[in-house]
Amino acid sequence: MRFIPSEAPLPSHALRLDNTADALAQGDQVQRHAAVVLHFPKWTDGRAYSQAVLLRGRLRYAGDIVATGEVLADMLPLLRRCGFTAAQLRADQRLEAAQRALGFFDTHYQTVPPERQRAAEGAAS
Amino acid sequence: MYQYNPFDRHFVRQRAAQYRDQLARHLRGELPDEEFRPLRLQNGWYVQRHAPMLRVAVPYGELSSRQLRQLARIAREHDLQGAGTAAERGGFGHFSTRQNLQFNWIPLSQSADVMDLLAEVDMHGIQTSGNCIRNITTDALAGIAPDEQVDPRPYCELLRQWSTLHPEFAFLPRKFKIAVTGAREDRAATDWHDIGLTLHHNAAGEVGFRVAVGGGMGRTPLVAPEFRAFVPWQQILVYIEAVVRVYNLYGRRDNLYKSRIKILVKAEGQRFVDAVNREFDALIADPATPRLPQAEFDRVAACFAQLPAPAAVPDARPHDPLPAFDRWLQRNVHGHKLPGYRAVTLSLKRAGLPPGDVTADQMEGAAELAERYSRGELRVTHDQNLLLPWVSEGDLRSLWLAAREGGFATPNIGLLTDMIACPGGDLCALANARSIPIAAAITERFDDLDELHDIGDIDLHISGCINSCGHHHSGHIGILGVDKDGLEWYQVSVGGADGSTLSGRAVAGKVIGPSFAAEEVPDVIEALIGTYLRSRQGGERFIETARRLGALPFRHAADAVRRSTAATE
Repeated sequence: MRFIPSEAPLPSHALRLDNTADALAQGDQVQRHAAVVLHFPKWTDGRAYSQAVLLRGRLRYAGDIVATGEVLADMLPLLRRCGFTAAQLRADQRLEAAQRALGFFDTHYQTVPPERQRAAEGAAS
Repeated sequence: MYQYNPFDRHFVRQRAAQYRDQLARHLRGELPDEEFRPLRLQNGWYVQRHAPMLRVAVPYGELSSRQLRQLARIAREHDLQGAGTAAERGGFGHFSTRQNLQFNWIPLSQSADVMDLLAEVDMHGIQTSGNCIRNITTDALAGIAPDEQVDPRPYCELLRQWSTLHPEFAFLPRKFKIAVTGAREDRAATDWHDIGLTLHHNAAGEVGFRVAVGGGMGRTPLVAPEFRAFVPWQQILVYIEAVVRVYNLYGRRDNLYKSRIKILVKAEGQRFVDAVNREFDALIADPATPRLPQAEFDRVAACFAQLPAPAAVPDARPHDPLPAFDRWLQRNVHGHKLPGYRAVTLSLKRAGLPPGDVTADQMEGAAELAERYSRGELRVTHDQNLLLPWVSEGDLRSLWLAAREGGFATPNIGLLTDMIACPGGDLCALANARSIPIAAAITERFDDLDELHDIGDIDLHISGCINSCGHHHSGHIGILGVDKDGLEWYQVSVGGADGSTLSGRAVAGKVIGPSFAAEEVPDVIEALIGTYLRSRQGGERFIETARRLGALPFRHAADAVRRSTAATE
């Protein structure tokens, strides 16, 4: 997981999707971009998790997926598992807390599509 | 029961450690209230009227005596406060309709220690609150019911594991409840759930699920329509993933009262069904999507292997006929799938204690009964009692005596005083009115066992507010606490049904006029019961009479006993 400083600009080549956007309907657009930026208007609004899952699982999108908006330290384990590769934390969040949040679990019960995809690719190679 | 393996234990301990870190950051001032709140909710910590309430998950209601003893320890050592009346000093738990246990008085500063104590006995509060997939509920007679087609417990456990800390579905528009049954009789009110699952065999003899989606109570009571008549068990997690994903993307988040999946299902109708089907088909077509493997099912199912029949110990001594024992046999003892066994309900509906409440001593007492008579296993029932699933026929009389000693033998299961009630305004910050005094007044009014038995089977459900934790919509008689001008009032409904054979197809009851004052409620209940007793034909039960007559005669009878609210008519 890459952390983008809160004051840093987002990659200019990225496609920004609102969290109400139909990610699948924009498949062609998505594939033309090296990064997609997904947005959390409120941290408890979980739509962007499903958007990321669809980008990875259904569209097999292999570029960067960046979380922006109200991104809090405790969201990191969820973001990573749903296929996000970068996060721009809300300005007041401690990087150290976010990194620690990634370390609490070394295992999980279920798989989500990005993990299945990685497992399938691993098995094929 | 499911046996935790090293993986499960490791996982729960990691969760407890994560929570300890979050609590510490909160107590240090690094994690403000509004950001700590969703995190503690998903661990079962819900700040209530007096203190944080802890809701402990009892997965599909299965509880070991060892776990119950640990819950007693938590009640004794942590669920306490120094002041107030005896009832306000804590030291007790409350079993909920969702088969969980709630504590009311544990200080937040001790919450991480309590999570460690729970983890010691393979328990936790994961996803017992918050906008996520909640504890899976099922039939309290799962695995032992004579009318069962498929034992739901291994599937419940697989669903529990799948839903536990699912990263995509941790922040849904609203809470999400799944119930599963595998019997002909629906004892889990499945159609009142966000997803209701019924296990059955198809024509080829394969196991699968009937899936209903979009039920729920609250302000807009809706019964879940069937989405699929048969989803093969290997694909059920894929189907649920599709339902929850579409809900997560399109469920309303602008209005708390319209954010449950039932509103989306109702508003979108076939469009929602189509979206779910498209998502499901795409997942099924993807070779990366796993099916539930037989080996994993077998591993889990082995935990629920049927016990051998008990050694035939016929009740050798002919007993003197004892009417009290017979009555208990009739109401609290249930048939069993295996010969030689019976299931026995320990009634938590008795005078002097709120429905579903157990003190620390009573938890120890129930654990002791489970160890002596039920191989150390108990079930929490949907109607807030405890059940011993493995009682030998030959032990019934001895168990009855011991249960009586412990205050668990009130022979009222399924009767008027076996009511469902939420904790209400005494404890809950959401409640508009108190439930406990209403339940107590009705219990006191109907304290004659002969009368109760004559009235017969009836579901009385009491909720302290429209959130419907006491399932008032599905009660044959429902009581709902409402707030007008800062005062407590009670709306009464008649004819609701949970979907069981006795109750009939799941449906919300009809409100019988303006709200009543608290002191009128026992008279109103008596008037409704009186109307039934006068009008019943043959062996008709209350709900059958209510269905035949409709709500009007009950409304008239209730109006006739209005006192302080008479002027509003």
